[in-house]
Amino acid sequence: MKRFTRDQMAARVGRDIPNGAYVNLGIGLPTMVANHLPKDREIILHTENGLLGMGPAPEAGAEDADLINAGKQPVTTLPGASFFHHADSFAMMRGGHLDFCVLGAFQVSVTGDLANWHTGAPDAIPAVGGAMDLAIGAKRVYVMMEHLTKKGESKIVARCSYPLTGVGCVNRIFTDLAVLDVTSEGLKVLERAPELSFEELQRLTGVPLIDASAALTAEPVVTQRREHA
Amino acid sequence: MINKVVATAAVAVADIPNGATVMIGGFGTAGMPSELIDALIAKGSKDLTIVNNNAGNADTGLAALLKARQVKKIICSFPRQTDSWVFDGLYKKGDIELELVPQGNLAERIRAAGAGIGAFYTPTGYGTPLAEGKETRHIDGRDYVLEYPIHADFALIKALRGDRWGNLVYRKTARNFGPIMAAAAKCTIAQVREIVNLGDLDPENVVTPGIFVQRVVEVPAEAKLIASPGAAA
Repeated sequence: MKRFTRDQMAARVGRDIPNGAYVNLGIGLPTMVANHLPKDREIILHTENGLLGMGPAPEAGAEDADLINAGKQPVTTLPGASFFHHADSFAMMRGGHLDFCVLGAFQVSVTGDLANWHTGAPDAIPAVGGAMDLAIGAKRVYVMMEHLTKKGESKIVARCSYPLTGVGCVNRIFTDLAVLDVTSEGLKVLERAPELSFEELQRLTGVPLIDASAALTAEPVVTQRREHA
Repeated sequence: MINKVVATAAVAVADIPNGATVMIGGFGTAGMPSELIDALIAKGSKDLTIVNNNAGNADTGLAALLKARQVKKIICSFPRQTDSWVFDGLYKKGDIELELVPQGNLAERIRAAGAGIGAFYTPTGYGTPLAEGKETRHIDGRDYVLEYPIHADFALIKALRGDRWGNLVYRKTARNFGPIMAAAAKCTIAQVREIVNLGDLDPENVVTPGIFVQRVVEVPAEAKLIASPGAAA
């Protein structure tokens, strides 16, 4: 089975972020999306620790300990950037000003519940950061994750077994096997990995899927969708 | 004449008693007022409740305060990081109490305290374990959780420049929790790289007005710290 690579997944997410969008990229896999945003679009990145207009990592030796991202890695500012305090930063999410966030996940349910902050293991130290605020705050929530666990279990589930981050908050799921929309009718498969049949995807995923896809051959086809009126 | 400038970090923290609730600015080490924390360690106040986004990095600053066993409870959003071994050890032994708060709720609870808000409804955390047992309310088609402000006896924050009235400007993403903590605490102590003359800060650019600041200490630029690459939100 051919899976989308991480770079292909990041590029696929990037194509679904329109010109002019304000976007927060979560820690881990979603961070890769920054390297794959279409060059012909002006997209403004938000980092929750107080920066809009975040630029790429600095050159070696040019790191500034006062200029970091949510993962506490050194970043830069782009022309037009702004700094603000934490309450303003989270007002941008909660107040519905941020257009998109891209988050990693342990599990997503068929109704768009998200679990991505805690495994619930009794000896694990819980840490939530800004995940819950992003999940309910951004106008659209994209999840980017492997489709299956290392044991081969689907991370798309009927009901999350891990502690929830947010209820019914996920709009679109990008995995290494498919792109799916969470809709009131159920999970709609928009795209599948090359040579992966809908039936095989359905078997691997377990929960009911609606086929709205075309099988992809070789490079994924760009599909234009209007995210915002 | 109003003069909020104090001579040393030790003098600035000299009246922080045992059992105090102390907000400490910073996101990881960006904006962490390390010299004020060192002074608090030297002062030795015990049974503190600390409010910070994290729970210390490596062995300095907030981590050192935890290591000195001066902290009874920490209120934060993201304690677990690659270099949070001091907190991890205390937590696993049951030697520190943790109140875990989603980061935006933490910020808004601090803001609410400074703004005199009695409580507020927020959508963040609804339906999750972090809202268990809390009042909820359905407003205009959406579910909300009731959250209360976090007040503090003291706030220790770091800024770039300050004047004798306590006006502050910050530096880049080191601003983070500084402005809201300054308003939320009864006594806010700011360490600044440079104290400037009254009038030298452009009023258009003052970020924290001096009314929110009680003490200012000059701590010249330290050796450049490398950002701590913890996996943290």
